[in-house]
Amino acid sequence: MAVYSSVTELIGSTPIVDVSQLSPSPNVKIFAKLEGQNPAGSVKDRIAMAMIAAAEESGELVPGRIIIEPSSGNTGIALAMISRARGYRLKIVLPESVTIERRQALEAYGAEIIPSPGAEGSNGAVRLAKELSSQNPDWVFLYQYGNEANPTAHYRTTGPEILADLPDVTHFVAGLGTSGTLMGVGTYLKEQKPDVKIYAVEPPSGEHVEGLRSLDDGYVPPVFDKWGGMEILDGKRIVRPLESLVWTRRLVNEAGIFAGISSGAALAGAVKVAARVPEGDTANIVFVVCDGAWKYLSTGAYTEPIDDVAAKLDEIIYF
Amino acid sequence: MSSTTALVRLPTVLRPQAGGNTTVNAEGETVGEVLSTLVSTYPGLGPTILDDDGDVRKFVNLYVNDEDIRFLDQLDTTVADGDEVAILPAVAGG
Repeated sequence: MAVYSSVTELIGSTPIVDVSQLSPSPNVKIFAKLEGQNPAGSVKDRIAMAMIAAAEESGELVPGRIIIEPSSGNTGIALAMISRARGYRLKIVLPESVTIERRQALEAYGAEIIPSPGAEGSNGAVRLAKELSSQNPDWVFLYQYGNEANPTAHYRTTGPEILADLPDVTHFVAGLGTSGTLMGVGTYLKEQKPDVKIYAVEPPSGEHVEGLRSLDDGYVPPVFDKWGGMEILDGKRIVRPLESLVWTRRLVNEAGIFAGISSGAALAGAVKVAARVPEGDTANIVFVVCDGAWKYLSTGAYTEPIDDVAAKLDEIIYF
Repeated sequence: MSSTTALVRLPTVLRPQAGGNTTVNAEGETVGEVLSTLVSTYPGLGPTILDDDGDVRKFVNLYVNDEDIRFLDQLDTTVADGDEVAILPAVAGG
């Protein structure tokens, strides 16, 4: 093994594991890309590094400056790790409805947490971060939802890694949050192999967000529009908490992959795609395990009665 | 009148305009027809879901059995008896 000069050099080059024992069809293989292997534990390490590098290159970000970002957890944790390594101060606007582990991880890495109302979900965190950033023009607002470095990181790294490890990939499935993973990987794969299909899964978050005054308070990430999301995606579906938990548990029980709840949602989406592959056709479906299980233990996701946990997840942001 | 009835799931934000209901039965062979039935019963829902041209508003997502109709046949997406049509506001993740 090589010796690395900084923890940030460990970002990317994540492994893919064949989990076809979970496929509903013998002709359809399913592969898990383990983004939890990144040093701060999630797929967001890639975009955090890319956004910080871009801000450094532009001269906007120099040591001592304050970074502000809204995050439901993983982007914040990734930025916190890199900020520690590089000497930046970091403020994360974090909805109060995230797990205790996400908050503690941010604190461990030295980030300052600015709470936003849990009832407003991630939309509320975005709104508050925008307000604070306009009141404090000297802060560096990375804005993952509109930052080109986000999808570009996946276009340059995640997409090429998948194609190099699995040249016969036919489908890619991932969770939709900022849309960065889907836009970057989707654009790259479709350029290289136009027949590849790209599918998004999302939680039914909007169902219980009470802080919205009307549907016009909704939010579509600028990255999705700028990268032509309607053309890149071949389908998008909701995966509800119970189904996400069922597949999160099957992933650890049948494949030994101890993953976060949104990874179970992505797997559920992959299995649905697999079930629709015409009989006799072969397919190789890659889905993203975006983080490990450790930040969700307090929800009881892996051990408590599944219906109880599913009900609890209506109130928790786990994507 | 159609004999196909869908179960429409409403988000918290729209329930006050639908008599406080979480779910509502509405007839229609397509998503567009189901919405027309829904809006004829609860007129207050109309302008929040559709714009002046009758298109789905940008920050509204509609799903048939949890699949986003923007990637199916939009408002012409067919609905079978007992299908679920969910209306959700677009929200951020990440």
